[in-house]
Amino acid sequence: MQTQAPATPRLLIKGARKAYPAVVANDGIDLTVMPGEIHAVLGENGAGKSTLMKIIYGVIRPDEGELHWEGLRVSVANPAQARALGIGMVFQHFSLFETLTVVQNVALALPGKFDLASLATRIEEVSERYGLPVDPRRLVHALSVGERQRVEIIRCLLQNPKLLILDEPTSVLTPQAVRKLFETLRQLAAEGCSILYISHKLDEIQELCHTATVLRGGKVTGTCTPSLETPQTMARMMIGEDLPVCHHGEPEDGGEVRLRIEGLSHATEDPFGTHLKNINLTVRSGEILGIAGVSGNGQQELLKAISGEEPLTDRRAIQICGVPVGRLSPAGRRSLGMCFVPEERLGRGAVPRLTLTENILLTAYRKGMLFAGLIRFGVAKRFAEDCIARFDVKCGGAGSEAKSLSGGNLQKFIVGREIMQNPKVLVLAQPTWGVDVGAASFIRRSLLELRNSGTAILVISEELDELFEICDRLTVIAKGSLSPTIVTSETGVEEIGIWMSGLWPSSEASEGDSHVA
Amino acid sequence: MDLSFFTSILFATIVAGTPLIIVALGELVTEKSGVLNLGAEGTMSVGAVAAFAVAHHTGNPALGILAGMAAGMLMSLIFAFSALTLVANQVASGLALSIFGIGLAAFVGKPYESVALASVVPLKIPLLHRIPVIGPAFFEQQALVYFSWVMLAAVAWFLYRSRAGLILRAVGESPVAAHSIGYKVVRIRYQAVLFGGAMAGIGGAFLSVFYTPMWVEGMVAGRGWIALALVVFATWRPLRVMVGAYLFGGCMVTQMFVQGSGMKINIPAQFLSALPYAATVLVLVLISRNRGTIRLNSPASLGQPFLPDA
Repeated sequence: MQTQAPATPRLLIKGARKAYPAVVANDGIDLTVMPGEIHAVLGENGAGKSTLMKIIYGVIRPDEGELHWEGLRVSVANPAQARALGIGMVFQHFSLFETLTVVQNVALALPGKFDLASLATRIEEVSERYGLPVDPRRLVHALSVGERQRVEIIRCLLQNPKLLILDEPTSVLTPQAVRKLFETLRQLAAEGCSILYISHKLDEIQELCHTATVLRGGKVTGTCTPSLETPQTMARMMIGEDLPVCHHGEPEDGGEVRLRIEGLSHATEDPFGTHLKNINLTVRSGEILGIAGVSGNGQQELLKAISGEEPLTDRRAIQICGVPVGRLSPAGRRSLGMCFVPEERLGRGAVPRLTLTENILLTAYRKGMLFAGLIRFGVAKRFAEDCIARFDVKCGGAGSEAKSLSGGNLQKFIVGREIMQNPKVLVLAQPTWGVDVGAASFIRRSLLELRNSGTAILVISEELDELFEICDRLTVIAKGSLSPTIVTSETGVEEIGIWMSGLWPSSEASEGDSHVA
Repeated sequence: MDLSFFTSILFATIVAGTPLIIVALGELVTEKSGVLNLGAEGTMSVGAVAAFAVAHHTGNPALGILAGMAAGMLMSLIFAFSALTLVANQVASGLALSIFGIGLAAFVGKPYESVALASVVPLKIPLLHRIPVIGPAFFEQQALVYFSWVMLAAVAWFLYRSRAGLILRAVGESPVAAHSIGYKVVRIRYQAVLFGGAMAGIGGAFLSVFYTPMWVEGMVAGRGWIALALVVFATWRPLRVMVGAYLFGGCMVTQMFVQGSGMKINIPAQFLSALPYAATVLVLVLISRNRGTIRLNSPASLGQPFLPDA
């Protein structure tokens, strides 16, 4: 930290309060951020972190409270003012324009000369320097979640902010990239930039942050110095109780093969997409197979091929319980007992403007919700309420709109909806992305329970910790090809990290490995 | 058939397509900002009658065009206030504007029903108009025809080469994201709507001052709706708007000629009258059937009201 005598805080918040009709999101919050300080804001989903950040960034107006910027009282009426003060923000739901290229997206956020060619070079420099690889000429809609986040971070860095707000920035980065990002953030802090860091990863906060403010239920429950705490003590401050531990039973051998992918090759129409090359895998009843990999290596394409969003020409390439489904629609595959949880919650996993009950109907209507072509809303509503209760979804009831839920709560709801259908095969992409520790641990425990009841589960994730925690076997996707599968207990983060860059042993010879067992 | 016949068909095609190009370009810019203004028909009507009245009283067609433009902007201001400031439903506001405009124009235009304007001498482009066959068709036209070409280039450049155009597209793509990086979404949309209104007014003025040149109730005759459809079928791309407009104009002129020529053809007149509409839709659908380009070019927030978080 800086040593100038009576230092003025860069940002000082006193008594911020914001009430919504259903809930008080922020209730008398105080926050002090010094120049060059990396300040963590910790809290569960719905604790009020995002609301507080939006107040600082001028997206929403507080009902009460004062905001002081470098010693002067200010009121930030809109994001333009916040940016003029020198506040940059990386959102959890990205604020990028999908039909524009990366460089155009960045240009929109920067004042000054409109010179895309030189800006592209600057983007490449920054992405090189901070280890955030991204091609400035690509269209954003063709990027994966991880790549989009890199674009957002780069866009903020190019503005030379005095205060940078990062909302769950590391959730989609490889361990190596996280290390590089931390170097960047430390470097920025040393240059005097303050950083507000929202995360649920306690070990990261311990490693990176100077100070932490913990929120629970819209109130500050404590301030601490993370390096003096343990993850357990911080978790207790955050959720008010100790964190339950996942129990991972031994895998049972010999379950029937529920999902088989055989020689799946698929060229995408998207010029920036990844072509899938000869993918082979099997998932048995009662096991969890994890697919690791850096985003943008074919995960989206593989998921679309498995879910049926993009039908294949070879019907035998994908088989559910022995039935070839390569040419079936998603509905056809679901009727065979396969369920999916896509990566994008709003838009793919749930319809933002529909109520939770209506969102239940979208995939679970086979569970007795139809009668003679009519909807039995009572059954659907009970299903939704059941799901809300079982998965502890914080919301205003089964009648609230999907978009009114915070990211983690919506994810719990979507995962719950699929689990409650007792699928034979469950395929999940990024099941706990942007979800807080408590909820993430709950989702993982639910998946393990489902596995123990005999479901075959395939998890595509970029979070290695998560894969190591729940998976029986692991494989890695890189540049559209799949590595051999390996039993989780026989490998480690380092080895998988190397495989993620596409270097696995005898990638040609290994094809016999995943052959019909 | 001789060449001068071909030339006159070509000439009439360009004249018929011009108001469509002008109105559709304005609507294209409006829609690219995410606002669906269905008021083009009414705005054109009001523009037409205002232009006619001013041109009649002053004897100056240029002043008439300016009056048409101003009237169009006033009309679109009503729409913008209701749809952007009061965040009313855009479809309903636009339809109301159309109905209101058609009625208002008929009311204001009553005294001018039996008046005719002196036809305006076309503007010859030196040298170019001497090119055989196409010269007289392309380069002996009214000034507004050249204006439509200039505007086409200007709009294309604005949308795809300028920073302001990029901002406009960004606002149409995701107003929430544009707001979050500090753009004034409502102000930008106001500007786009005003531009669309001005162009619709000019398009209407072209009809009453040059095309007919007189004022008859209902003379816009659905051209506002055609222009709206052109924008969608052209997948929001300026050059395709022009292709569609001339295609429509060409079919219209040709079928009118066939009907008027007394040729012995056993096709009901209704089918011939429907031909321009069917042909334009068919051709534009065929050239724009790539789903990827539709997704890239259509403004994602089209028709959705924008209210910043409070």
